Amino acid sequence: MSAHLDALGAHIVSSQAGVALSHSVRAGELTIAAKADGIVSLLTFLRHDPRCKFTTFIDVCGVDYPERVKRFDLVYHLLSMPLNQRVRIKVDTDEQTPVPSVAGLFPCADWFEREAFDMYGILFSGHPDLRRILTDYGFQGWPLRKDFPLTGHVEVRYDSEQQRVVYEPVKLTAAYRSFDFLSPWEGMTLPGDEKAESGR
Amino acid sequence: MADDLSNAPSEEKRTFTINFGPQHPAAHGVLRLVLELDGEVVERVDPHIGLLHRGTEKLIEYKTYLQALPYFDRLDYVAPMNQEHAFCLAIEKLAGIEVPRRAQIIRVLFSEIGRLLSHLLNVTTQAMDVGALTPPLWGFEEREKLMVFYERASGSRMHAAYFRAGGVHQDLTPQLIDDIEAFCVGLPAVLDDIEGLLTDNRIFKQRNVDIGVVSQEDALKWGFSGVMVRGSGMAWDLRRSQPYEIYSELDFKIPLGKNGDCYDRYLCRIEEMRESIKIMRQCVTLLRATPGPVMPENSKFAPPRRADMKQSMEALIHHFKLYTEGYHVPAGETYAAVEAPKGEFGVYLVADGTNRPYRLKIRAPGFPHLAAMDYLCKGHMLADVSAILGSLDIVFGEIDR
Repeated sequence: MSAHLDALGAHIVSSQAGVALSHSVRAGELTIAAKADGIVSLLTFLRHDPRCKFTTFIDVCGVDYPERVKRFDLVYHLLSMPLNQRVRIKVDTDEQTPVPSVAGLFPCADWFEREAFDMYGILFSGHPDLRRILTDYGFQGWPLRKDFPLTGHVEVRYDSEQQRVVYEPVKLTAAYRSFDFLSPWEGMTLPGDEKAESGR
Repeated sequence: MADDLSNAPSEEKRTFTINFGPQHPAAHGVLRLVLELDGEVVERVDPHIGLLHRGTEKLIEYKTYLQALPYFDRLDYVAPMNQEHAFCLAIEKLAGIEVPRRAQIIRVLFSEIGRLLSHLLNVTTQAMDVGALTPPLWGFEEREKLMVFYERASGSRMHAAYFRAGGVHQDLTPQLIDDIEAFCVGLPAVLDDIEGLLTDNRIFKQRNVDIGVVSQEDALKWGFSGVMVRGSGMAWDLRRSQPYEIYSELDFKIPLGKNGDCYDRYLCRIEEMRESIKIMRQCVTLLRATPGPVMPENSKFAPPRRADMKQSMEALIHHFKLYTEGYHVPAGETYAAVEAPKGEFGVYLVADGTNRPYRLKIRAPGFPHLAAMDYLCKGHMLADVSAILGSLDIVFGEIDR
């Protein structure tokens, strides 16, 4: 299985040289690293190539790595029902650079891209209707970015005097605490253990 | 009065915009559809979703893997355990956990119970959307019995939190297995009754046949899965094509539709329920023949036995660390999908080697289905919108996340 995927990955990278950069197979899953500006031609190829036939668009989602210069990964998942295989394509981008939309190729990508825009602020060029999708009307900020606080910035309540719902800055009676339960001693050698490990 | 009418601009086409929902009995939750109508014909549908958005993906990034599990019950709350299943499969794939055979059988058994729960709800409420009141009353009686099985296995009727990475939380009692088998014997008669009300019902057919037709090509284009592709005649079922757990050993058929309309999807769901009963009966037989643990033993991912904790200091420490710090999942990324009742439910998990997921994307099957509302409803009458919506099998817990 993984040898087959490896060959498929090499086929994709060699056929789409300049767009697909490299491939890797881990745990029976094929991942292709690609350039963001060539995503439409890559997905068109994957859809029509007789060895690929990735005709079903499963998902596209963002992943945020704030420490990187190009902080977002966009991860596309495709499925081929005729050949029963899956592929994952990863491209990277930042807050300003738009990624070409694939909604013209796969209509269902429309909503998935809207979601990635809503959650991360990733821009898509050529998207027919890039509105927010999951968050509230008039919402501000990009909630799934790592620097967005878990509690958000505003809270809503019904104000009986004004007879409407009002937005207010979020008030926490106790500061939000993110507990760190990680064991710092795991993976480090405790004093004295080096004698046992030296295996004298 | 006559003057007013003659002065009105009659030449240009006037479309009429109405709001369907957010509170509407046929919206199956909180969906706001902005419908543009030309008379009674739908010109454009703009679904506004997100009214049930709870930020599940964000919350999960701040929880340990074990604490994240119950959020999956709250996605598609009609078939809770199927969602947990995808999450557990993703963790197991990354961490390389072996699931004991008995636990695999229990998982399949409860996944099929989830399928029954979901299809019973969908088939009967779809009938309600087109005007029948009796089917939901009959279907909900059976759902109640199934939820009692959930409760007897996990302690909770709906939000079970029963599956674990590595197995399931507790073993089933022999009495429960007997009762599930007795239920499987009785359910086909109830399905026959429901079918007697609907399958050849003149009104039900008038409202569903040739409504919301999906061609195979369009089903692919719109990213459909589950009954939405099988109703159009494509034999695609993850339980068969990419089998997980013990599905490859089980004997079941994959019902297919022919025309891809609402009525075929209804027939598919009814037949799938009958197949689920077959699978459950096989699981019951297998469970009786397969004793054994339901969690891996001597594993970092499973709690130690109570008896060990009374004797062994290490077991006590392990228990404490497991329920405070939680287990660590090796860095990497994976996509795990199950055939949930509504289609392909997938979990894309990015782990960074700590006790919390770095990123977890939930791929809900209903999301692309609802995205196709505009394509499905265009040119249909207003009354068909609720019939199409019913046959899509929409649950807002999973779409809004």
